[in-house]
Amino acid sequence: MNSNLNLLIGLAMGLNLMALGSSRLPTVIRSMAAQGVILGAMPVLMEHELDWRVLLVSLATMAGKGWVIPSLLRRAMRTAQIDRELEPLIGFVPSLLLGAGGTIAALALAQALPLMPEHQGTLLVPGALATVFTGFILLIGRNKAISQVCGYLILENGIYIFGLLLIKSMPLLVEAGVLLDVTVGVFIIGIIVDRIQRAFDSLDTRKLTALRE
Amino acid sequence: MMPILEMILRPACWLLLAPLLPGIINKVKAWVAGRRGPPVLQLYYDLARLWQKSVVMSKLASPAFIILPAVSWVALFGAALLMPLGPIGSAFGFRGDVLLLIYLLALSRFCTAWAAMETGSAFEGMGAAREVSYAVLAEAAMVAAILSLSVQSGSISLVTMLSPAAGPGMVLLAAGLFIVLLAENCRVPFDDPNTHLELTMIHEVMVLDHSGPPLATILHGASMKLLLFSVLLVQAVLPLGGLSSLASTGLLAVGVLLVTVGVGITESLLARLAFKRVPLLLTVAFLLCLFALLSAWKGGNS
Repeated sequence: MNSNLNLLIGLAMGLNLMALGSSRLPTVIRSMAAQGVILGAMPVLMEHELDWRVLLVSLATMAGKGWVIPSLLRRAMRTAQIDRELEPLIGFVPSLLLGAGGTIAALALAQALPLMPEHQGTLLVPGALATVFTGFILLIGRNKAISQVCGYLILENGIYIFGLLLIKSMPLLVEAGVLLDVTVGVFIIGIIVDRIQRAFDSLDTRKLTALRE
Repeated sequence: MMPILEMILRPACWLLLAPLLPGIINKVKAWVAGRRGPPVLQLYYDLARLWQKSVVMSKLASPAFIILPAVSWVALFGAALLMPLGPIGSAFGFRGDVLLLIYLLALSRFCTAWAAMETGSAFEGMGAAREVSYAVLAEAAMVAAILSLSVQSGSISLVTMLSPAAGPGMVLLAAGLFIVLLAENCRVPFDDPNTHLELTMIHEVMVLDHSGPPLATILHGASMKLLLFSVLLVQAVLPLGGLSSLASTGLLAVGVLLVTVGVGITESLLARLAFKRVPLLLTVAFLLCLFALLSAWKGGNS
């Protein structure tokens, strides 16, 4: 069971790097969506006996992160008519190398942490740290608002992986609430992206730094 | 009797089978595009034709212009003899021969690049610069792949390194080595072997001024390099060491054929990358091999 879980987390880490290395926004969105689906499958793997609530949250996560949020983002992308990140603040090769370095550092760090014995063999902690780090790189290094939103969502995915550590003690209601928040957040961001596009004729967030009358 | 037979058969195998691979790739490409394409043995005809031609030499070029392609070919042939072939092992394997393999490949590239610059043409200098700058990145990936194999098997000689399977990072390693294979042999996402456009070619531009027998050695050396890398890829991924000799020979042949067909299909489906994007793909290859190394290392510990 642990090896299956580790395989999924390894896949999620690979998707992190895919999101970092790709210049095309649809690819970033797709890797984020795939990561969401993988994350949704994890609680089912972690629980020994299947509970209908776990199954429900898992399905909701898959649907929300794998379909609803990506389709909202794609819609925003279509209305803004952009599909490429040009000249990001941190280039694609440096951000890829940073992400890989972060992943390796997370793996090294997780070995030094005093973990619970049942989490000892899993990649949950390094996976969470690496995903959070990826989210940060995307947030800091990209100029287009939609890539930054993807970065924020990947960051949230990392926090979700961290939350899986506490799956025994945390009510599933919290997970469901977070999922709802994220969906609403993306919904609002979709509207904001449209507004930014109308007001500035571009989604470059560097233009939003100056105040105007 | 057997050692003598093996001594004759092994070089013959490398020398005679290598030009088949580009033919198969071209056939696959033609087949995907719905054409009939050149015959599979086309490179043999080309080599025979080139061998009979005379050498045209620039007045600027020194004798190195003719010697270096030969040196490059000999380096590649030496690398090929180091590479174990499934059950029969390598011709003269020793501890640490994998380093010699890497350096022989680098020597061959150095000679080709030098020979390209002999004529003093800026055009070929550009090709050499491109080739060498890609090679730096491809070599990093190659070294990471070799390291991961070495950590996995706990050995630094090719024969023991390549006989077991690559372990948990197998898929990563296979993908990384395949990208390295494409880059090292100047196949499509990096370089288009068919084009003769100034802006797009790398390997072809380096050999543009060569003619006659030196060009034939370069072409044959390139095909041998392709065979070398496919054999390396197949042996790194498949556990040939544990099988009977007949099965492992068969598996090796099928694997090399599959890799070749894979290269052909990749070439048909992908367009050549823009120069700016090439380092990204090579970085991806490096990271794939690096993570294979990491998983070999971690998997070995726990």
